[in-house]
Formats: sequence, C-alpha cells, structure tokens
Amino acid sequence: MSTTEPDIDQIHDAEAAAAIGAVSTSEGRQELQGADVTAAAERLRELGAVLRVSEAEALELGKDADPNDETMIINMGPQHPSTHGVLRLMMELRGETVVRTKPIIGYLHTGMEWTGEELTYMQGATNVTRMDYAAPLFNELAFSMSVEQLLDIEVPERAVWIRMLMTELNRMASHLLFLATNGMDIGAVSMMLYGWREREEVLRFFEMVTGLRMNHNYIRPGGVAADLPDGWRSAVLRLLEMIPPRLDEYDILLTGQPIWRERLQGVGVISTEECIALGVTGPILRSTGFAADLRRDEPYLAYDQIDFDVVVGTYGDCFDRYAIRLNEVRESMRIVAQILDKMPKGDYRIQDKKVTPPPRARIDESMEALIHHFKIFTEGFKVPEGESYVPIESPRGELGCYIVSDGSSHPYRMHVRGPSFVNLQCLPHMMHDALIADSVAIISSVDPIMGEVDR
Amino acid sequence: MENGLEGLNHNVLTGRLEDLVKWARYRSMMPATFGLACCAIEMMGTGGPHYDLARFGMEVFRASPRQADLMIVAGRVSQKMAPVLRQIYDQMMEPKWVLSMGVCASSGGMFNNYAIVQGVDQIVPVDVYAPGCPPGPQTLLHAILTLHQKIHDGELTQRRGDGRGAGLVVEQRDGQFDSPVALGRR
Amino acid sequence: MVDTPASDEAAPEPEDAPPTPPTQRLGAYLGAAPGTEVLHPTREQLPTVAAALYGEGYLMCIDVTAVDYLTFGRHAVAEGDIMSVERTLPGDLRPERFEVVYHFLRHADHARVRLRVQVPESDPVVASLFDRYPGTEVMEREVYDMFGISFDGHPDLSRILMPEDWVGHPLRKDYSSGRIPVQFKASADER
Repeated sequence: MSTTEPDIDQIHDAEAAAAIGAVSTSEGRQELQGADVTAAAERLRELGAVLRVSEAEALELGKDADPNDETMIINMGPQHPSTHGVLRLMMELRGETVVRTKPIIGYLHTGMEWTGEELTYMQGATNVTRMDYAAPLFNELAFSMSVEQLLDIEVPERAVWIRMLMTELNRMASHLLFLATNGMDIGAVSMMLYGWREREEVLRFFEMVTGLRMNHNYIRPGGVAADLPDGWRSAVLRLLEMIPPRLDEYDILLTGQPIWRERLQGVGVISTEECIALGVTGPILRSTGFAADLRRDEPYLAYDQIDFDVVVGTYGDCFDRYAIRLNEVRESMRIVAQILDKMPKGDYRIQDKKVTPPPRARIDESMEALIHHFKIFTEGFKVPEGESYVPIESPRGELGCYIVSDGSSHPYRMHVRGPSFVNLQCLPHMMHDALIADSVAIISSVDPIMGEVDR
Repeated sequence: MENGLEGLNHNVLTGRLEDLVKWARYRSMMPATFGLACCAIEMMGTGGPHYDLARFGMEVFRASPRQADLMIVAGRVSQKMAPVLRQIYDQMMEPKWVLSMGVCASSGGMFNNYAIVQGVDQIVPVDVYAPGCPPGPQTLLHAILTLHQKIHDGELTQRRGDGRGAGLVVEQRDGQFDSPVALGRR
Repeated sequence: MVDTPASDEAAPEPEDAPPTPPTQRLGAYLGAAPGTEVLHPTREQLPTVAAALYGEGYLMCIDVTAVDYLTFGRHAVAEGDIMSVERTLPGDLRPERFEVVYHFLRHADHARVRLRVQVPESDPVVASLFDRYPGTEVMEREVYDMFGISFDGHPDLSRILMPEDWVGHPLRKDYSSGRIPVQFKASADER
C-alpha cells in the first residue's frame, strides 16, 4: 500500500470513503467519540449519572486519568462471533482495561412496529414472533394478551394452560440456548453442542404441536391455533425424564469447575440500585438479590395456581446469572410437570365467531361459517377503540406489548417493550474497569437478542 | 516391499489437478459467521449434534472473512447492516460463494418496508437461495450440498464474468420427512 | 365518617350514592385503563409529576414510547363501521398530534402508572426524564429516531435504530413506507 493512499481504516468521512470506492460503515454521532471531544453532559452520564454522582465529582473522576496515558478506541462488531447477533460495541481501552463503552444498535432494525400497523390482529403474531427469536412464543403471548385486553374477552381454561405449557417449554429452550452460547463464548465449546442437543428435543416437541421449530405463530388472540395432538403427554414426559440428568452433567462440567468460576465470578458486577434506575429486569435484576418475577408478582395466565420458586442470586455477577438461568430450567420443568397433571379439557380457543375462525369441518356445512372464516382471514376482526399494555416475564425480563386501537382491524400503534433493549444499558456499567477479555463473558451473561433490541 | 519400486504398482492414483482442487475446495469449505437473526439460530442448530455440519467439513465457522470461503447470510439485512455486509464480502478472498439463507435474505421476506434490503442479491452476488422462515437444518443442508455438488461438477469454480452469482434456488425440505434421528430415545 | 343527622325526619343524606371519582391526581387528569392508573399531565407538568411519582416509590421507568395520532380512525372509517373517530381526553386537554407514553412500575406493591403527554406537531419537544430515570436514555433516543420528538436535557440525542444520515422519522404516519411492489414470476430459473 503506497504511503500516499489513505488508509481505509482511518476514513470516517462517508464522502471521502465513497470517493475511493470504499464502503463506509461509520455511524457518526452514534459512535463513541474520543474523550476530548465528548461533551461534558455525556461524560457525566458515562461516569456515574446512575450512581447519582454530582457534576463536580464527575469532573474529579475525569481528572484521575494521567494525560500521558493513551487510550485506544476499538470497535467490536457488528460482525463478530461473540456479540450475540449484530451488536456493535465501541470501547475505549487503557491497556487491557475498558474505560468507556458504547453499544451501537440498529443493525437489525426491521420496522416491525411499522409492520404491526400494516397487518391485521390475526396476522400480528407472525410479526411479533420474530422479535425475540429465541423465545418466540413469549412475544406472541404478550401480543395476544394485549389484544384480548382490548377485546375484553376471556380465553378458555384449556387454552390458558396450553399457553403456559408452551411458554415454559420455550423458556427452557431459550435458557438452553443461553447455556450453549455462554459456554462457547467462555471457551467451553462442547457446551455449545450439549445445549443444542437438548434444545433440539424441545424444538421437536414444538414441531409436533405447532408445525414449526421456530417462529410458530401458535398463540393468537382468542387462544391457540390448534389443540395439542395425541401423544403430547408422552412426548413431554420424555423431555422431563431426559433433561434433568443432563442438567446435572452441566453442573459437573461447569458449575463446580475452577476455570469456569474464575472466569465468571466477580465479573460484570451490578447492583440493585443501578438495575432499577436503568430499567433492567429479568435474570440480571434477580442476580443482584432482588426477587422480581412477573409470574409471581403480577400473575398472568394461571401462574397463581402453580407452585414454583423464583431463583435469585447474591452478587450480581456473571456467575450468578448463569446459575439463575440453569436453575430456571429446573423450575420450568417443575412447572411443566404440574401442568401435565392439571391440564383441563375444553376448547383451545374462544368460540366467538367474531374473533376466532370456526372449526374447519363446519366450513363445509355452514355458509355462515365460511363467511366468518373468510372475513377473519382477509379483513380481520375489529377491536374496540382503546389502549392496553400487558407485561409478561420472558426469559430476558419484562416483555410488554402496548397497543393503541382505533376500532379498525389493524392496530393503530403497536409497540413492544423488548427487555434486551433496556437491559443493554447496563453494559457500560458492567464493563467499566473490567478487562477486555471479560467483555465477551459480560455480553454473554446479559443474553441480548438483537431481534427485540432493534425490532 | 522386497520388490522395491516394482511393488508400487497399485498404490498410485492419477487424476487431474482440477479435480483435486475442486475436491479440496468443497470438502473443507469454511463458512463465515454472518448470522443476523432467527436464521442464525437454525444455522447454529445445523452445526449441532443432530444435524451435524461437521460431516461435510464445515463446522468450523471462521470469524475472520480472510479465512472464510462461504458466506451464509442468515437473517434479515437492514439498511444499517448493508455496508457492513458488503465490506465483509469484499474482504473474503476468491474463490468465495454466498448462500442466502431464509426468505428475508433472499427477497426481503415478510418485511417489505423502509428498513430491510429486499434481497441481499442487491448487494452481493448470491449462489444459492435457501427458502424458509427460517429454513430448518434439513433445508440448509440441502442448499449447502447443492452448492458442493455444483463445485464438484465444475460449474461454480469461477465467478461469472458479469460478477453475478449462480442464483440456484433449492426447495424447502423441512417437516416433509420424518427424521428417524432422535438422540435420547432409549 | 358520617355525621348522624339531628333528626330522622330531615332529608336523608345520600349515603349510598357513590362518591364522585377524583378527576385529577398530582395535578394531572386521570384516565381509565384496565390494570394500571393513567395520568394525563401536560408537557409543563411532566417533570413535577414524574418527580412526585418517584417520591411515591415508582422507581422504575419501564417504557417510553410515542404515538402519532395523525390518521387516527381513518382506517376504521374506511372499513365502514363508524362515521368518525374523535379522540376524547379527560378534562380540558386538547388532543395533539403526538402523544408520548410513559410506563412506571413500583416494585413494593406492583402498582403501575401510565403517563400520556400531549405533544404538538409545531413544537415537538418534551422534557427528558434522564436525570431521575437513567433507563430512559435509549428509549427516548428511539422515540426521537422514530418520531422526531426531541427530549430537552437528554445527554446524547442521536439516532439509534436508523443510520446516522437517514432523513425522516419512519414511524410518523406521513412517512412514505418504502414498500416496493412485488411481482411474482412463475419461472424459477429466471431472476
């Protein structure tokens, strides 16, 4: 490379880059700027607004740095094996220590909230299910419950219990994915294969019930799309027999292992006050010792009739979050075992012909049923004017769906409060003064899914 | 061995250099990590024990594009991600192939709006399109093996003169066949 | 506490009539929604109402989002069931084009509050809640990116989901969707 040619890595100006044919990936103001050009307000935010540090104290902390110490700004992602999807992190390093971090997101922005306004309420579940793609049934559940609150209808009991069964199995699948990717990120590559081995079995059950391995579009407003097929009980029992010994294997492989503990204990510590100030929910909040779980605090579906424990950590570090998710798999299995006993008979969706389509067999017999089916699937059912917000406990935290309806068959505004979007705010605080080698462990323990971050 | 060189009669294989090169290329293809969204989960599942990409020499996903041959674009490409995609593609060295996994990568999928590029073939030349939302591991394997077959047959060894990809569309193969593989069944 | 009347022959107190529900709390009008308390503060009242809620124990701001009411009801009218849809707000509030919606949670008794703030189109600026609720940082950036509503006092109001040089605010109702017409070709080999 001749010395007169500009180095591509140095080019941040989009025009200059385009002039020499290079592709520009700079995001301007969204990126982490050098400490000298960053405004005082933003430095205050980075240094300790969460901890209620005053401006004067922040200035003092800023002066701590030796002016001869050179810091380096590096870029991690968006294409990176360990950033859990397309997350871009810019970090300012002093040696191996991370001083400042800034996540830049938007690389998976899909316009799903816009799409939600274009699709009818019946089709809405196909859209929201692709937000948190590791736990798709939760998105569908939040959306469906929000629509049902607007419609003011009550879902039949069997549908409620089917929803609980499917979402708890989905929680297990999502946490197994976490265990797999967490293990691989820390370096225990065989954990990746083990996690996927278990997850495959759960996905097989989903394929048997919903027809798809992922992005099921199964939980719809009014109930679920289809009843559980014959043989579902033995399939679930097989899962419940197979997974506990494997989880004990993971305990032997990971939990007691000194290398695992060294890498995760004391890393990425966050406190309860920081979590609450930042709006962080889910396993991260529980790892700080604060027992907040919407299934127990604001029970939805039939969780008040089920006996389960809320798993809580103590130190707020990565190891606690790993242990919480591992034990939440066990709790979910406990819940599923209770659901197996208590599953009631009945309808799998409400028999309200304005909302749910009639049974397929009736379409051959009744003209009215045919017309209702046609209208529901083409025009959609109308939802009365109003607004609703329903929060549920997804594997990542509080997942809520806020819908504004204007009386038509399309949502006027559909907004999903994705837990990972808000949880990412804790990354700079966790990574402050940590080593760069720990950054992968920290991101992995936050377990973001970029689909619901960017929507 | 007592005969020395005369004993070596049946221990030599002859072939063409091109066949050897093609064999090396498709038997140890290294995919680049370009998992974006839901399809990435299925791609990781294809590398998992049930569907095992390792039998085809492909379980090693190289994060560095310099070391990768195949870019599996798994997921929806947003406006912000498009220049990154092109940059990664440019950094890969010839011979390189692109597999567009899923309907969002192939055509924009169900998201026909301001945010999603309607098909990565607007940005990079695509050799195989795998349909599905997401395509299950069986479909992805079918797409990968189709690509391998084309390389083996010599049709895809070189980039076409106009820079376009081969543009093969494979069929979806999930759920139609009952897979007898079930680890854990006693 | 009811005072017993001096004599039973006097006109009876309407003890069994329900008390008129309060229309305001913390200076903001009350709305109605299932499962949550809804308040309608004005833009000027927002900082004081948020501070009062913080004092009451609503320590977590769960969500900040916005709604663009430009074409409210047009779809419903087009579908023919209703003649028109007018937005009604409690008290003497004027409906504006934008509405910024906040959700707060109090962990102590799991109470929730929703704030709905009207924001006019001509001056889309709202006070930022970042000082008291640092968790609103990314959520307010998203509202700015998608709707163009600025937050006064936010430390870093830049786009978050769209590229930096994007023009326009995609979730506004008058933003062109970018949808391209799709033609389905029968032959599989022609691309």
